[in-house]
Amino acid sequence: MDIIFYITAFVTLVSTLMVITRHNPVHALLYLVISLLSLSVIFFLLGAPFAAMLEIIIYAGAIMVLFIFVIMLLNLGKETEIQEKEWLRPKVWIGPAILSVILFAELFYLISSPTTSYLIEQTVDAKTVAISLFRPYLIGVELAAMLLMAGVVGAAHIGQHKKTTLHRFLQEEETR
Amino acid sequence: MSTVLEYILMIAIVLFVLTTVAAWLIWLERRMLAVWQNRCGPNRAGPFGLLIVVADTIKLFFKEDWIPPFADKTIFVIAPAIVAATVLMSFVVIPYAPGILIADLNVGLLFFLAMSSIGVYSIVLGGWASNNKYSLLGALRGAAQMISYEVFMGLSLMGIVMISGSFRLTDIVLAQKDCWFIITQPVAFVVFMIAGIAETHRLPFDIPEAESELVAGFHSEYSGMKFGMFFIGEYLGITLISAMVVTLFFGGWLGPGFLPPLIWFILKTFVFILFFILLRASLPRPRYDQLMEYGWKILLPVALLNLLITGGILLMMNK
Repeated sequence: MDIIFYITAFVTLVSTLMVITRHNPVHALLYLVISLLSLSVIFFLLGAPFAAMLEIIIYAGAIMVLFIFVIMLLNLGKETEIQEKEWLRPKVWIGPAILSVILFAELFYLISSPTTSYLIEQTVDAKTVAISLFRPYLIGVELAAMLLMAGVVGAAHIGQHKKTTLHRFLQEEETR
Repeated sequence: MSTVLEYILMIAIVLFVLTTVAAWLIWLERRMLAVWQNRCGPNRAGPFGLLIVVADTIKLFFKEDWIPPFADKTIFVIAPAIVAATVLMSFVVIPYAPGILIADLNVGLLFFLAMSSIGVYSIVLGGWASNNKYSLLGALRGAAQMISYEVFMGLSLMGIVMISGSFRLTDIVLAQKDCWFIITQPVAFVVFMIAGIAETHRLPFDIPEAESELVAGFHSEYSGMKFGMFFIGEYLGITLISAMVVTLFFGGWLGPGFLPPLIWFILKTFVFILFFILLRASLPRPRYDQLMEYGWKILLPVALLNLLITGGILLMMNK
């Protein structure tokens, strides 16, 4: 099992790196999809099949498709690729690299200290998730629901437009 | 070691049977369409025109496999593989008969939904990589259609999960021992069937292709075996949805004892495949906005209501 974990982790890391370094936005998004898929495999290995499946259905299957949908609509062509190349100069890498090194050092410290256990041996199935969602974390679920509701209402408001009559005689009648 | 070999053998058998079935479905569809429309249909190559599949395959293999110079080459090549791969992956969780299944995942139903949601990429990427207006329009329609109908598909199945208390497909089949879910969940069946047709983008919901307005939609630029992959993917999709309907609503392998369970499963699946073909023979294609409106304004409330009522009744019965 360990070796499968390391292979998947490697795939995740490489694909995530590729997301940042690709110049073509659609290629970058595809690498992000691969990274999400391999993350879900890691969830599966760690004993959370329910979370793994939801990761694919929601992130890889719905949100990423919407991202690609928008990028397709914007019809970004060669110009964006050139622009991206301009933006990704070596100087840009310094800031993120420092932040990543700090995080990596922290991670290294946490893993090397003997007291923390990072692998849970027990499988978290759908029932356990449901019980923890609707017992101790109920308020979180409700807050998330309210946030989503606000989003829906906002989208409905923006999408709403006045009924326009296209026939010129009818228009004249309205203006009178 | 022998279990690993058994596994591989099982996978090989299932793969072989499925691809063969998908290929012969081409003949079945043409023949049945002809019967229903009072024509002869394919009847020249071999007995009953059965060899038309072989002729078709040879033709597809020998056609020029052309990649347009303006296309995004890598994605253009990957896109048709995604549809076949995701549909075939979904067959992993289907229990064909007791003991005849590849993986008895405890999240089997979710795995099926996940794979069908990944399948959207083949249309979106194929259309985008072709770099062609008609393909892009087909891809946009396909993405919108499949994402929205996935929602109702998932929601309609949650009633079944509540009754059987498990995402495992074997448990769902066994929960239907006394009473098939078509009797307790008829509304869910209708919603799932409609969403299933939209997911496989078959007529009447073949709006991403819509050959009368979009040339051939997302696969306009595809030729040779790459087109063949989309084609086979569609028939595999029909088989998958039929098999899922049988597993979820019509008791899977369960049936009177005079036939073995596997035969029952195959018979029921073929009934639904024929139903898919009959739909193609009889229904016109709706307009794109009609399809979306129908989904969000009718199917979503119906699926939610079904969920609410099922939950209420289950709570009452527990008390």
